This record gives sequence, structure tokens and C-alpha cells, in this order.
Amino acid sequence: MTTFTVNGEERTVDVPGDTPLLWVLRDELKLTGTKFGCGVAQCGACTVMLDGMTRRSCVTPVSTLEGADIQTIEGLNTPEAEAVQAAWVNIDVPQCGWCQSGQVVSAAALLYEIPNPTDEEIDQAMAGNICRCASYVRIRQAIKDAAKTLEG
Amino acid sequence: MNILTKLTMAAALFAAPAYAETVNGLRTADEFDSITDEAARSAALFEEMFVVIESPRCLNCHPVGDVPLQGDDMQLHQPPVVRGVGDFGAPGMRCSTCHGAENVAFTTGEGSIPGHSPWQLAPIEMGWVGLSAAEICDQIKDPERNGNRTLAELHEHNATDGLVGWGWEPGEGRTPAPGTQDIFGQLTQAWIDTGAACPAG
Repeated sequence: MTTFTVNGEERTVDVPGDTPLLWVLRDELKLTGTKFGCGVAQCGACTVMLDGMTRRSCVTPVSTLEGADIQTIEGLNTPEAEAVQAAWVNIDVPQCGWCQSGQVVSAAALLYEIPNPTDEEIDQAMAGNICRCASYVRIRQAIKDAAKTLEG
Repeated sequence: MNILTKLTMAAALFAAPAYAETVNGLRTADEFDSITDEAARSAALFEEMFVVIESPRCLNCHPVGDVPLQGDDMQLHQPPVVRGVGDFGAPGMRCSTCHGAENVAFTTGEGSIPGHSPWQLAPIEMGWVGLSAAEICDQIKDPERNGNRTLAELHEHNATDGLVGWGWEPGEGRTPAPGTQDIFGQLTQAWIDTGAACPAG
């Protein structure tokens, strides 16, 4: 049994310790906003926030999560996340959409640390989030738009 | 075969323990006892330490630039991460985004993602890739390029540091560093005890 917090709610799961967090989120807790892409931490589709830092849930065994604080795309409600999601909608960033929850989590994490990032800082933060539709230009634009929104 | 050739071969067998027993490809410190000249023995001990140092397990996270390497073939790290402030990646894409406190086997196929706490690059002044044994020897004795460590602290680092030790427990899909951490520590101590001499450049 492992107990942790997901989107502010305490959850306890009874699964083998090597079960990846991604499996737990999707199959046990029915939080399917976080996506499976590659299973080997190469694409970023499964990104969540773990104790305030971005984390690939596909390579995170549940046995390592006792007492952890997890935020998924369903519960991400920081000002940065809300600004990012609004910017995403405004310029229609997604095409197929599969990678977008991971993209939004990473973008919000970037803006939390760097409110007005440069192109280089955006590229560095988003380097592990692959988009098979190549929406990278819109992703970068939306991050800049969100930064302007946050500036007020 | 003339007498000079025989003497040369005998001397080579005696002085250079190239045919000695090894542990996982690494000679133990006592294999160098036959080198009577202390400075030469010290330099030879460092050459053996270099067998570990030049392992991909060590070099991959001791790059001379801002991008780590990965794998036994020392390819550029994928995803294309950067060193960042604190040698721990960039905001939003830190080492810990993917690397946890332990190696994690992939659920969906062969292989594993390496992990240890902490997991980070060596500072850039400790970059090793492309440097010779002589250059690295000078470097790791220099407090400005070795994290301000004394030789005793350097031994402690090599012999007991957890992230150094990960090199011998790298998880499925990666060849462990030669020898063991114990032997690496013993080689380091023997090298220090013999004057910490460096190989010729």
C-alpha cells in the first residue's frame, strides 16, 4: 500500500511497488489526462509535477512515492498553469493533442521559475517534450503569450 | 633469441604487470608492488585508476561542455538536456525530471533509466572527456579543479561516494566500470601513498 496526495486529495493504492505512477494515475485513479507516449522517459507525454518539480511518471515506481505530492494536468491550477492553458486555447496550439498535457505541465513549471523566459530557456525547458505534430512554433508563442498575461 | 631480447622480455614481465590477474578488468594495488621506483609505481597506479576514469560510466557525466553523454557508446544525451545552474539541468527540465533515486527498469521493454540521489553532472572544471591520463591526473590534484579536495578527501570520494559507486551498479543496459569501488579506492590510496605522481604527458 502506498499513500500520496494527488491534486490535493490523499490517495492510497495497493499495487506492486514497481508499478509506474503513470499506470496508477490512468488505471487505478482514472486520471487519464496524463498520457503514455514512449514508456522510457524520452517523449514527455507523461509529465506530472512531483513535489514541485516536473517528473516523467512512466519511470517513477509507486514504491518511491510514499507521502509525495503529485499534481496532474487535471489538478494543475497555479496562475502559471492557467495562463498557459488560456494561451494554448487562444492560438490553438494542439493538433492531435496527445502530448499537450505534458507540454502544459512543463511550460507552467518553466514560467513558475522564469516568468519571462528567452527562446533558449524555453527550448531548454521543453527539450524533453516531443510533439509528433511539430507544434513547437505555437508552443513557444503560447509560452510567451502566457508570460505576458502573467506580467499583467 | 639473443640474451638481450630475453633480458628485455624478463624485465617487461617483471615490471609491467600486464599479465597479472584482474578483477573485472582492473588490477589490484598490490599488483604494482614489483615496480621498485616509487614515482614510477605511483604513475602506474594512476594509469590503472585511469582504466576506471575513462569508463563511459564516469566520462558521460564528466563532460568538458554543457551536455552530458549517455550509453556505452557515449552518445549525446537524449533528450538534449543542458548542464544548467548547479549542474542539475535547466528550469523545467532538471536531471530529476527523469532520473530518480535508483535505477528503474523499463516496464515496456529491455533496459533501464539510471538513477541515484543525487544525480547530476560533475562541475565543468572537472570535465574529463578527451583528456589524457596525465591531464586528468594533474586536474584531480588541483584544488581549483577538484572541488577543493585534499588528496585524503579525493580518496574518500573515490572509495565511498555513492554516485561514484553507481558506476559499478549502473542498471540493465550499461556496462559497469572496471573492477570494484573498493579496488578503485585502494588504487587511489596506493597512488597517494606513493606520492601521487602523474604519468608522463
